[in-house]
Amino acid sequence: MADDEIILSELSDDELVLQMHDDLYDGLREEIEEAVNILIERGWAPYDALTKALVAGMTIVGADFRDGILFVPEVLLAANAMKGGMAILKPLLIATGAPRMGKMVIGTVKGDIHDIGKNLVGMMMEGAGFEVKDLGINNSVEKYLAALESEQPDILGMSALLTTTMPYMKVVIDTLKEKGMRDDYIVLVGGAPLNEEFSRAIGADAYCRDAAVAVETAKQFVARKHNRPNA
Amino acid sequence: MAQDALSKLLSQRDWLMADGATGTNLFNMGLEAGEPPEFWNTDRPDNIRALYKSAVDAGSDIFLTNSFGGNAARLKLHNAQGRVRELNKVAASLGREIADESGRIVVVAGSVGPTGEIFEPMGNLTHKTAVEIFHEQAEGLKEGGADILWVETMSAFEEYAAAAEAAQLAGMPWCGTMSFDTAGRTMMGITSAALAGMVENLANPPIAFGANCGVGASDLMRTVLGFETAGTARPIIAKGNAGIPKYHNGHIHYDGTPDLMAEYAVLARDAGVRIIGGCCGTMPNHLRAMRQALETRPKGPRPTVDDIKAALGGFSSASDGTGDTSGDPKRERRGRRGQ
Repeated sequence: MADDEIILSELSDDELVLQMHDDLYDGLREEIEEAVNILIERGWAPYDALTKALVAGMTIVGADFRDGILFVPEVLLAANAMKGGMAILKPLLIATGAPRMGKMVIGTVKGDIHDIGKNLVGMMMEGAGFEVKDLGINNSVEKYLAALESEQPDILGMSALLTTTMPYMKVVIDTLKEKGMRDDYIVLVGGAPLNEEFSRAIGADAYCRDAAVAVETAKQFVARKHNRPNA
Repeated sequence: MAQDALSKLLSQRDWLMADGATGTNLFNMGLEAGEPPEFWNTDRPDNIRALYKSAVDAGSDIFLTNSFGGNAARLKLHNAQGRVRELNKVAASLGREIADESGRIVVVAGSVGPTGEIFEPMGNLTHKTAVEIFHEQAEGLKEGGADILWVETMSAFEEYAAAAEAAQLAGMPWCGTMSFDTAGRTMMGITSAALAGMVENLANPPIAFGANCGVGASDLMRTVLGFETAGTARPIIAKGNAGIPKYHNGHIHYDGTPDLMAEYAVLARDAGVRIIGGCCGTMPNHLRAMRQALETRPKGPRPTVDDIKAALGGFSSASDGTGDTSGDPKRERRGRRGQ
């Protein structure tokens, strides 16, 4: 119906932001790109466009994913739309010296060749505005350490799908402790056979049941880290 | 065409028992984490024979070949994408050997697991590529003497359908199960009722369909009830995990005891499941307990969700996503652009 046709450029700022939340929810990449450009043309700070329009919209997607209302296909489409907007904002964010959302190094642990869950977390973290360095599968403690060194992330994410490989997470965390580096990073763990109890037992900061929880948990921990004096 | 071994057994018996875990058993035999299990088909064939034989000796009527990750997409992670045909052929031929030695009809089911790739438009996997990947694997399994293909642990229906098409190209009868591990649905959002409906629309429908893996035996049985509520006449497969993995003093074990798995097997049979087996954590002692219970315990009434909960424990989510619309996106729309 013609009544349903919405011209993005004719919307007020508030309406446009709400429309962007809808369009993210529906995974409409072109519409998101157009809307981000409109906000920038209207003089919005890139950081505001990121947080108020894109991140806020992806938070709704994440909540509905967590609650079993949306599933992986819809979330990936939303993350793809978000990435379209991010591509426009990224150079502007850097140019304006906007605060970073945070950076994550993520990988499946040594011995484990499963990667779909880890890929989803990576995509949703990027969708939430985080920078993500994906180390792929089968990562030894040396590989994690080298990436922490070269990438200087806020967060280390480890994934395992096998009961036989999940104990390796403890090896990595113990090594970080030995080197006195454990407190430099937020360590998040996930994977089908894990649970909260396991995460505590191995000394991780948190267990993330799914990609949406990973994003929420990452945001909380990064906010806490930034609020800490001298951090 | 002569009737395949599985259809033959299904026409003679009310229930058949499938096998248990492959990975858990191989790790117990010393498979190193990170090593693709399929390499053992050629490197340590005696271990693979022992794996198959342990299932047959425990009373399985069907066992799955050691070829779950034997497709080009998975083997590529080990730079072994050129060995698809060989590794699958050997997986099946070792199985053929054990089945033929058993002195009864035992079905060699060629295991076909997911590619691990995500379909377009979200990912890069096309239907054509997926069919090619599965077809290559199917030909290897066929060449080695598998009776049927056994597509398992799927979460995307596109991938399940691609495997169906590959089975047709290879001229192999097939079965296919999905893993319902996310609030009662598959990771990609498929409900039990949706799968029951979708298999009927395939050009090459499976002999039997069902659920494997996921989140323990209770959830799996709830999924089974969902298939039945959808009104399917096709044989149903249940291959649930032996409980849920627990971490104790640095070791992990599945908390499902043989008794619990026996209880699960009987409930599955009473619910009308025709093919009953285990998945992760299910060892030969679980299978023996299941077989004994299936043979000795009288058939009971069809269990309800409450019966399942009482016998096997609670569920991982309040709903299984079927029968209501709460699973549909329900945001208040502000209006729609264009179409």
